[in-house]
Amino acid sequence: MRDRFFRRRLVDRTVRGACLLAMLLALVPLVSVLWFVTLRGIGGLSWSFFSELPRPVGETGGGMANALLGTLELVGLACLFGIPAGVLAGIHLSTFGHSRFGRFVRFAADVMSGVPSIAVGLFVYAVVVTTSRSFSGFAGAIALAILMLPTVARTTEELLKLVPEALREAALGLGVPKWRTTLFVVLRTAAPGVVTGIMLAVARASGETAPLLFTAFNNRFWSTDPSEPMASLPVTIYAYAVSPYEDWHRQAWAAALVLVALVLVLNVLARFVVRRRWGLG
Amino acid sequence: MSEPARNPGVRLTETQDDAKDRSRPRTEKLDDARTAKMSAEGLWAFYGESPALRGIDLPIADKQVTAVIGPSGSGKSTFIRSLNRMHEVVPDARVTGRVLLDGQDIYHPEVDPVLVRRRVGMVFQRPNPFPTLSIRDNVLAGKKLDGEDVPRADELVERTLRQVALWDEVKDVLERAGTSLSVGQQQRLCIARALALEPEVLLMDEPCSALDPIATVRVEELLHELRERYAIVVVTHNMQQAARVANLTAFFYMGELVEYDRTDVVFMRPKERRTEDYITGRFG
Repeated sequence: MRDRFFRRRLVDRTVRGACLLAMLLALVPLVSVLWFVTLRGIGGLSWSFFSELPRPVGETGGGMANALLGTLELVGLACLFGIPAGVLAGIHLSTFGHSRFGRFVRFAADVMSGVPSIAVGLFVYAVVVTTSRSFSGFAGAIALAILMLPTVARTTEELLKLVPEALREAALGLGVPKWRTTLFVVLRTAAPGVVTGIMLAVARASGETAPLLFTAFNNRFWSTDPSEPMASLPVTIYAYAVSPYEDWHRQAWAAALVLVALVLVLNVLARFVVRRRWGLG
Repeated sequence: MSEPARNPGVRLTETQDDAKDRSRPRTEKLDDARTAKMSAEGLWAFYGESPALRGIDLPIADKQVTAVIGPSGSGKSTFIRSLNRMHEVVPDARVTGRVLLDGQDIYHPEVDPVLVRRRVGMVFQRPNPFPTLSIRDNVLAGKKLDGEDVPRADELVERTLRQVALWDEVKDVLERAGTSLSVGQQQRLCIARALALEPEVLLMDEPCSALDPIATVRVEELLHELRERYAIVVVTHNMQQAARVANLTAFFYMGELVEYDRTDVVFMRPKERRTEDYITGRFG
């Protein structure tokens, strides 16, 4: 009796210890990335970093205002294309997903979410850039939107499926039309989760470099017109990090820190908005 | 309380003797076409290929409580879900036969199920208030979710919550989430939500099965008051409950209507052997 008790307690403690250890191990890379980026990046941050354009090669100083703005614009446009399409596709999948077409769409989305982002970049290059004969912010935004689409669609679907059938029936039973039930009851109940899913997709998209390399390309000047090549933080980080200049390395770290902070702020903001507008988080 | 003006579009038909019916003394006579608010005629319901109801003929009397009893799988829930076209919400579910509401077939191809559900309200087995809405908005949900403006909403909320004897308990917390209430309160909120639409028929699918005895008593008391104004159909597993709340009882078994009569007759002198066996607890 006593024996078994001790054994049970031993097993319990071992497993608990193992879980704790595994969690700490998982935290190591995460924390060290944040630590490193902060440590290296914080020195490069200054007012001019946020307000000035890059200086010509060889000159120190200058900033990345154009790339910061470019990233915001690219991600914003990508959201405009990607989120409505993704959410609607998710609604379709959760409502009519058991049809043949639904299964095909779900399969396609799963495959698409595994496609390397560079392949998406190439696709957009071939379809948009070569036909319009120009790198452009639009092309970059389309590439990012394509990357976001499967994640948004599948998370929306999964989260809508989690909404209890009873709520859907409650609304239908009150004589609320089906489309209103889906929109104002099912989607609304799932909203916090859907927004989190969207944020994950946006975060992923805003850090992507590969699909932008030959779509939005880069620009050392102000580039707010989406029909022209557009600077972005990831591409600029890439360009600066592989350069031989110490000052550019410093700026690349600073840009990385800004990018991380940007994603964080977007996340917090989205959660806040959902909580405010829809009551329960 | 004055009768609210009904949007004529909401009604499927206008019956001339609505008013006359209301003033008539309550009869408990059966098969009186004049007191039947609804009636099922040759009603079959299917899930995929398997029938859950096999040709039900049953009138639903106005201003009476009709209990539907029977063992699990006898088609009780399917039956009442067929009365407001909620059955077809389940994938691959379908219905044949007719269900008349004030003499008009609700399964006629030109009838909009949404309008049927507005006139034939439903309360579900488990309380299902909308978690994203406040108590107040839960009461108004039927109208608000449909994009309707609700004039004098506060009045409606108070009147309806009083009707279900919930007002005194929640009047100070109307802005809290509907799901913050106890389960018994939630169920009364769900009944209020159905009543706020001024339905003519109220369907209740085992409304007390998730409730504790005290909450059950409250809902049963509520039924006694509500039957003055509505045709009510209650599905129940609990035969004592049927005996307590219903004037009329229908016994379902394996998708068929075995017996339908006044409750005291069904319980004291059932005509059918199967009814007697079920009621005396020999199976079920």
